[in-house]
Amino acid sequence: MSGGSLKLRGVVRAVLGENIDTDIIYPGRYLNITDRELTAEHLFELAYPQIRPAIRPGEFIVAGKNFGCGSSREQAAAALKFAGIGAVIAGSFARIFYRNSINLGLPAVISPDAVLESAQGDELELDLTAGEIRNLTRGRAIAAAKLDPRAVELITAGGLIPYLKRKMVAA
Amino acid sequence: MGMTLAEKILARASGRASVAADEIVVAHVDLAMSHENGDLVRKSFIEIGAPKVWDASKIVIIFDHRVPAESEKTATTHKAVREFAAAQGIRNFYDVGRGGICHQVLPENGHVRPGMVLVGTDSHTTTHGAFGAFATGIGATEMAGVWTEGTLWFKVPATLRILVEGEFRPWISAKDLILYTIGRLGAAGADYRAVEFDGAAIRRMTVASRMVLANLAMEMGAKVAFTPVDETLLEWLRRRTSEPLEKIAPDADAHYERVLNIDAGEDVWEPQIACPHAVDNVKPLSALGEVPVHQAVLGSCTNGRLEDLEIAARLLAGRTVHPRTRLVVIPASQHIYREAMRLGYLETLVAAGGMIAPPGCGPCVGVHQGILAAGEACVSSTNRNFIGRMGSKDSKVYLASPAVVAASAIAGRLEHPGSILKESEPCLVEA
Repeated sequence: MSGGSLKLRGVVRAVLGENIDTDIIYPGRYLNITDRELTAEHLFELAYPQIRPAIRPGEFIVAGKNFGCGSSREQAAAALKFAGIGAVIAGSFARIFYRNSINLGLPAVISPDAVLESAQGDELELDLTAGEIRNLTRGRAIAAAKLDPRAVELITAGGLIPYLKRKMVAA
Repeated sequence: MGMTLAEKILARASGRASVAADEIVVAHVDLAMSHENGDLVRKSFIEIGAPKVWDASKIVIIFDHRVPAESEKTATTHKAVREFAAAQGIRNFYDVGRGGICHQVLPENGHVRPGMVLVGTDSHTTTHGAFGAFATGIGATEMAGVWTEGTLWFKVPATLRILVEGEFRPWISAKDLILYTIGRLGAAGADYRAVEFDGAAIRRMTVASRMVLANLAMEMGAKVAFTPVDETLLEWLRRRTSEPLEKIAPDADAHYERVLNIDAGEDVWEPQIACPHAVDNVKPLSALGEVPVHQAVLGSCTNGRLEDLEIAARLLAGRTVHPRTRLVVIPASQHIYREAMRLGYLETLVAAGGMIAPPGCGPCVGVHQGILAAGEACVSSTNRNFIGRMGSKDSKVYLASPAVVAASAIAGRLEHPGSILKESEPCLVEA
């Protein structure tokens, strides 16, 4: 569906600061959990234990710059996805987290202004291909970066695994 | 226009005459490394459905995060990866007791060479830039794609050049230099960038010390980090591999996004400490006052090499670890363990009251072998001090050089090694 638009609508579950590292997102002690679905119960467990139980499917996490810095652990992106988070919107992303997130089909949207222009409970509409965020609660537009076409392709496919699966079948 | 090291390596790996920053390339991967998370890779690989990995000779698996297995769950994971490696014909498999920390074992066994594209399912894969490899961390599912296709897409990074001149003062090491640099640039200061370290102070460093720089450059977001491919490095490599080695270098007219000049003697004039809970929260030791420590950890892919154990042994010889402090020492590999044993370092460290843990990541990932209780503080030669990294979310980790770790173990509080021993000579040990 390259060329089409990819829109998401959801409520902001939490607004976090800068440099939210992978140990905050998913503590190292649980790295031996290799079933992706099971990672969700440890999301933000040490630093923000109140977030996970409150998540309703499709909600967003908004954060400052360098979200996901630290480890290459894919469980950080998996825990967000399987806890029901629909997208992470941050000022910037650490590169391995960004790739992990897209590869698992979890949209990661770059927007330096989102952390200033939204609060917990606000309803947002994201247009991933156009690079637009609308804060519906406040009736304001928030600037965001367009998702790279490669990332759109992966997210539309549901992640890298289904994407490669399809490619193998086609070959 | 000339090319940086990152541009040169990616151009060649993608079959192009030249590439420039921000272009997207699809590169052939020369080496794909995983540790215990090889189990996640294995699962994704099976889901994708390819019957065989693209090239078993280019895959290396090294157990290090939980060795020996600390739980039945880990034992089961180890077993699954072990059986997968055998079934796929992956011969470069370093089981419990055969290797050590992946970033030490890989170069030690001649797997890494200048000019390679190396990906690893571990963020500190940047370490191998010390061997002239374009080496970076990726996630498990992405690695499953590499196991399937042998290629990966990259955005060609812009390069930050860091030139270090001058002479290091006594007791100041590569660890202090890189902590200083991270403090100055910030945790996102090199995000998505390649870093090239060069200058006389870098070229005088041992290979082990250069690895510290490339390893910790990750903590300022670097995608890859190089130190020079010079005679010091080539001689080190020739002792470990008979493969041809290329003296790869950036072009003289390469384009750098930014050049940072550091004077080792003037800028980094005292030990640097990364304070809780961020690696860029760096302060000079004298700014911290009295900080009692309950545990001191010497080890990890950052600082568990022979020269690190040597400096600790020199400080601890004839002294004892402070009554309120536990000292945990973790040689980075089986090879280093044996060398440290042969040279008497381990004898000295044990006699002083230190405990030697088996080669591996130890408490650095908060799993075992030295977990912290609430209210405890730890001085550590490792690489991260995030909330709960080594145990309780109410514990604190201070990152420091091996010399500061050893001195603090003796004093029971953060301490300058110069107040334990008056003289320091440059480290000459090579591991």
